[in-house]
Amino acid sequence: MKREKQIPFRIGEATPRCDARTKVTGQERYAADYYGDHFFWAGVKRAGIPHGKLIKVHTEDAKKLKGVVAVLTSEDVPGSNRVGIIRGDQPVLADKKICYAGDPLALVIAENKETLQTALALITFDHEPLPGVFDVEEALRKDAPLVHEDSPGGNLLRLVSVETGKGASAFDECDVIVEGVFETPFQEHAYLETEAGWAYLDDSGQLVVVTATQTPFRDRNEMAPALGIDVEKIRVIVPYLGGAFGGKDGITIQCLLGLSALHTGGVPVKMWWGREESFLASVKRLSARMRYRLGVKRDGTFHALECRAYFDTGAYAGLGETVMTLGLEHAGSAYRIPNVSIKGSCVYTNNAVGGPFRGFGVTQVTAAMERIVDMAAQKLSVDPLAIRRVNAVERGDKNCIGVTLTHSTGIKKCLAALSDHPLWREREGWKMKAGQFKKRGVGIACMAHAMGYPAVVPDFANAKIEFTGEGRFRIYAGIVDMGQGNASTYAHIAGALLGQEASAFELIQPDTERTLPSGSSSASRTTYVYGNALVIAVEDLKKKILDKALRLFSTAQAEELMLVPGGIRHRKDKKKVSLKEVAGLFDESERFYTAYFRSPAATEMLDRIYLGPHIIFSYGAHLAYVEIDTLTGCIEVTGYLAVTDAGNVINPQAYEQQIQGGIAQGIGFALSEDYKAANGHADTNSLATYIIPTAMDVPDMLSVAADNAEETGPFGMKGIGEISISGPVPAIANAVADACGIRIGRNPITAENIFRALWEQNDQERPR
Amino acid sequence: MKISFVLNGKKRTADVQPDMRVVDLLREHLHLTGTKEGCGSGECGACTILVDGESRLSCLMLAAQLEGKRITTIEGLSKGKRLHPVQEAFVESGAVQCGFCTPGMVMTAVDMLSRNPDPSRDEIREGISGNLCRCTGYQKIVDAIEAAAKDKSR
Repeated sequence: MKREKQIPFRIGEATPRCDARTKVTGQERYAADYYGDHFFWAGVKRAGIPHGKLIKVHTEDAKKLKGVVAVLTSEDVPGSNRVGIIRGDQPVLADKKICYAGDPLALVIAENKETLQTALALITFDHEPLPGVFDVEEALRKDAPLVHEDSPGGNLLRLVSVETGKGASAFDECDVIVEGVFETPFQEHAYLETEAGWAYLDDSGQLVVVTATQTPFRDRNEMAPALGIDVEKIRVIVPYLGGAFGGKDGITIQCLLGLSALHTGGVPVKMWWGREESFLASVKRLSARMRYRLGVKRDGTFHALECRAYFDTGAYAGLGETVMTLGLEHAGSAYRIPNVSIKGSCVYTNNAVGGPFRGFGVTQVTAAMERIVDMAAQKLSVDPLAIRRVNAVERGDKNCIGVTLTHSTGIKKCLAALSDHPLWREREGWKMKAGQFKKRGVGIACMAHAMGYPAVVPDFANAKIEFTGEGRFRIYAGIVDMGQGNASTYAHIAGALLGQEASAFELIQPDTERTLPSGSSSASRTTYVYGNALVIAVEDLKKKILDKALRLFSTAQAEELMLVPGGIRHRKDKKKVSLKEVAGLFDESERFYTAYFRSPAATEMLDRIYLGPHIIFSYGAHLAYVEIDTLTGCIEVTGYLAVTDAGNVINPQAYEQQIQGGIAQGIGFALSEDYKAANGHADTNSLATYIIPTAMDVPDMLSVAADNAEETGPFGMKGIGEISISGPVPAIANAVADACGIRIGRNPITAENIFRALWEQNDQERPR
Repeated sequence: MKISFVLNGKKRTADVQPDMRVVDLLREHLHLTGTKEGCGSGECGACTILVDGESRLSCLMLAAQLEGKRITTIEGLSKGKRLHPVQEAFVESGAVQCGFCTPGMVMTAVDMLSRNPDPSRDEIREGISGNLCRCTGYQKIVDAIEAAAKDKSR
């Protein structure tokens, strides 16, 4: 099973990741793994109450404790004390108000962990409790308590509406109308590595922050004004992340760490949130309530869609309104619908802070849309696959917000592959074989997911590669690898172009001083945008290497030379020189190659939706087998198929990793994950109360890649990072309905919920 | 208090506080940061080590409990540059993504295979069910452990 040595990377060939070896031996150093000879620990006192006016924070007792270096409050923040990439409404340390239980009130720096905990326990605060608001629709009432008194829209952070065709009046022209209310809860990312990092002031007075973040360059821009430091005086270094999934997209501990480092006299300071603190203070997938209405013609074509969505961004804006907007852009999933009326309200509450989570709003609306599609199919007595095939978009069609799809559009290919698959063809036989007290069902769902930023936000990357004096290649990745393997794929891409294998590459992880700005690790964009830039840089470098190498061969034609692992060979006479020899011909100033790439973006209809529409989408069609125990309500997902159009596949192993990982998180969301913050208190604050799937909760998953090249992608690829997470909730919910005729509008669909629904079903059937 | 134990094949002594956890001894004092901490309460398995050959959660053990024991951490599994077959299988099968659960997962797998050299996929899933992974969906981890078992039996 071990790969032959010296085989260069090939596009489309399953290849182990470059970072696997250091991770599997425990050598890889994460942000949490720093323990210097002399360093301090920093920690945060949090509010623990959901809403109140902050009167005073008492730090005197903590300050007196031996071993305490400093205790800081909002008064010690030298800058604006505000972060938040769009609204800037979140304090580094709370000053006037407490808006949710996780709000930080004071920052303690201590010589060791034990003293830190003791000091944090000594801090108290005076406050005036305020009534809280915890439900999105209640928050929009006129008499609702305001989370932010200075918010221009009150608790309404943003309203987004889109109307196409005749809008809701087109329902008059429909033969069948189905409607439903669907809810998805807050979802916790539950990355294994909780928020961690360390920081120090270096000899030149520069603030160095080493931390787990998806957004190093953006963080620097946020930290500078918040802490009152010149942006050039901040350096952010990001090792490999221990998972993020959107939860480290933006400021988490960066400002707290930076502020700490300003008070330690140059001694490094470390911060590492415990799991409970991570649950309390990290962002969550925005919960959503969605009222849907779908109007269909007798022949099964979708004619009208109405969506009224409420997204809970919690205490602060963060990226909440963009999360909702991306959701609304996908409100009609992967279908042609000529008349739509979509309206979404992104709302402040005193719940947890909402933020990005893999799927970014699309997971929420897909959970609703794909269930209402099944309800329409049922009402028309047509096959759920057939109704999807009739309505699925093709290139040249308009999507649900009326934007023409000009790029690769492979949902029909996905559905065709699903319909040919044994799991679909053999489903009825499988269902019939259910044992006693068991019911089996099969459900499907389609999904689309936009790649990259919306039109008005420039989506670019700057690739940088170095040809070292030893004849090796150093890739400076300005985009974080949070675990998805994009860094390794950069080596894969460069290796395929340069004819080199893994050992020829060194990957430099993001560092605002060494790597170039390339945007966030998010939006299914990393390999597409950085990969495209890297292809340009590598092609330039390759040309230069071959040109220089001519000096070592008896030919003047670079075309007669080819790159082979570790060297260059003449195609005919087989003479070979090593890359190290060629590297010796390079002047120091010639070793670096950089290239810029900006992703294509919509140029029309920019006012159609907040920040403008997307134009490149990945697609998927999923199928779930579920078995329900009618005595207990227990549900098991016994089989799963994902057909995906994410363009061509560069590394099938890495591609499957993304598909499988996304499905597993989706299964967790469908069946068990439910971040509960009743009245603003974190009730599910451990991995014993917030249940993510174990190896026993996820089946073996089948992944089929629909062969559908995206012309603008590096080697024809497009984003794969998020698409698969949006399938499981609706596919499983549809399978549950197929198994026993019950439709549960809110996930997670737990055994308890199923049992209750089955009980009610039986109750209705019993004679009264 | 002074304790003596064998760590990754070498005799060690350490002066520890009575309330010091094993995970802190390893990470903070011995700088063996391959052992991860994901929850501190025995739910995630990221801190799994081998104590006398059996998997243990180092966040739930006190350092004093190591007295006289033989400890293996992820750093002690490979022989020089040669990976342990389970590590090799994790690399080749694509069982590693962010890698934060990986050391604990590998240690659990090593323990499981020592007790059951030829497990079924269901037995593997049950065997690693105390180790949480948020990235992989477990499938390639199961593939890797299955491959390592086959590799060993050859």
